[in-house]
Amino acid sequence: MKEIDELISYTGKTGFEPSVLSDSETAHLVIKAHRVLSYRETEGVKMEARESPDGVELLLSIKEGWKIKKPIHLCFGLLHRRGTQRIKLKALLEKGSSAKFIAHCIFPNAEEVTHIMDADIRVGQDAMMMYSETHYHGVSSGAVVKPKAVVKAERNSRYYTEFNLRDGLVGDLELDYQVLAEEESIVELTAKVFGHKRDQIKIKEGITLKGMNARGLIKTRVALEGNAQAEVIGITEGMAEGARGHVDCMEVVKDNATARAIPVVRVTHPKAKVTHEAAIGSIDRKQLETLMAHGLSPEEAVDTIVKGILR
Amino acid sequence: MDLLELRDITFRANGKYILNGLSLTVRYNEVHALLGTNGTGKSTLAYLIMGCSGYKPSSGEILFEGKKINELTLYERAKLGICLAWQEPVRFEGISVRDYISVHNKDIDPAPFLELVGLHPELYLDREVDKTLSGGERKRIELASVLALNPKLAILDEPDSGIDMLSTDDIIRVIEMFKKSGSSVLLITHREEIALISDRASQLCGGRIFYSGEPERVAEMFKSRRCLICDGEVCKDERD
Repeated sequence: MKEIDELISYTGKTGFEPSVLSDSETAHLVIKAHRVLSYRETEGVKMEARESPDGVELLLSIKEGWKIKKPIHLCFGLLHRRGTQRIKLKALLEKGSSAKFIAHCIFPNAEEVTHIMDADIRVGQDAMMMYSETHYHGVSSGAVVKPKAVVKAERNSRYYTEFNLRDGLVGDLELDYQVLAEEESIVELTAKVFGHKRDQIKIKEGITLKGMNARGLIKTRVALEGNAQAEVIGITEGMAEGARGHVDCMEVVKDNATARAIPVVRVTHPKAKVTHEAAIGSIDRKQLETLMAHGLSPEEAVDTIVKGILR
Repeated sequence: MDLLELRDITFRANGKYILNGLSLTVRYNEVHALLGTNGTGKSTLAYLIMGCSGYKPSSGEILFEGKKINELTLYERAKLGICLAWQEPVRFEGISVRDYISVHNKDIDPAPFLELVGLHPELYLDREVDKTLSGGERKRIELASVLALNPKLAILDEPDSGIDMLSTDDIIRVIEMFKKSGSSVLLITHREEIALISDRASQLCGGRIFYSGEPERVAEMFKSRRCLICDGEVCKDERD
């Protein structure tokens, strides 16, 4: 089997559609371990990749004013049971451009696998970036995954990101995203993770609302069962007139799982406003009973509620 | 045989009798209104019949189609054909109205049920059953979902309460639909005009059924009651 086919054979878990690789109008990049297996640039989309001994350094840019219609697919995989993949990503969306990225991160056989993503992202003035990533770490709980991003959202830009890890085991996850939001920009960070067995989840997301009328939302949804543990830190800082931020964290626990939520709100301008809500608890009894009254078994009811929270 | 029979039900909570020797029947394909003021135990009775957590009779029997169901779980009772529309239905994140109404059967078309409760399917099917819905919208969706279940017994806990409550016409339309599909309805309310649309009515007072019979008679008695909040003391002598 060709290397790329082998990698693609696992991507169903993250919703990847292999046909995008042959679509001449869709930009893509496929990296397995330390090698770039496939990539395509399209008009307005520029990619540069440099392989290193333990990973790949990437430069992605969207040219000024270009609105990329079709999502750009990124696939990062490591199929070995042991190993390290280090991705250093520099992304630039130039002034007035827009693009949606769909990333698939696949470590299906991880027993001792480390994946480190170190991203430096700049969303230019009036630009819009959506970055949706879905992970699959297999069922051995042997992945250590550390996605880290430092993002600058410039004036009147939009930056939306969604991190999903809902299938299989998590292993150890340490997510750290920090965004600086300038004047009139809008930033939304969403993370949805389902932890099982002995999974360890640490999510730290921060938005600094530096510019006037900047808006920020941090939304985190975590479901835990078995002996999984999670700590969620959501930090929003309002530093300018009209800045508005909100931190919304919900964690649902079952069995012996434990969850911790630390919403941090800081306001250093009298006309800024930041709010937060955090809820941790077992599955809501009334929700359960309502679904059971509709004919679902207790197991089906729990499954429906958890899937809804993580949807 | 009645569809539902409650025999001498007593329920105590925190050392206080909420229900005390309550007996009631609901017949097949009957709409039975249960009238009572706030705090008389109407919702408690609904939870006892449904088998909600923490609601088990201290004494007495609950019979459904002649079979004692005291020991059955809520899920088992639902499987027998009992369903409850809560007075304040819970919200769900990430579950669409479409999925909620068809949660028990993915093959049903939820649109006609939404229309029956006065909601436009195209505006609501893809919305989530979450906090963005008003109280009235959520109640209508709950009624639609119970209609879609086609239960043998639908317990409707104050469908007429709330700020943006359903109108009497809305409720009549929903009740007629339940009857048409062969369901029985236990309609819990504190509005006597709502009770008038039932086949039979009962007044709950002081933890017991004070009177059962013609809806007009029960509504009249309820309207002329001497207590605003029923504690069973004012009517005690009349009842005994």
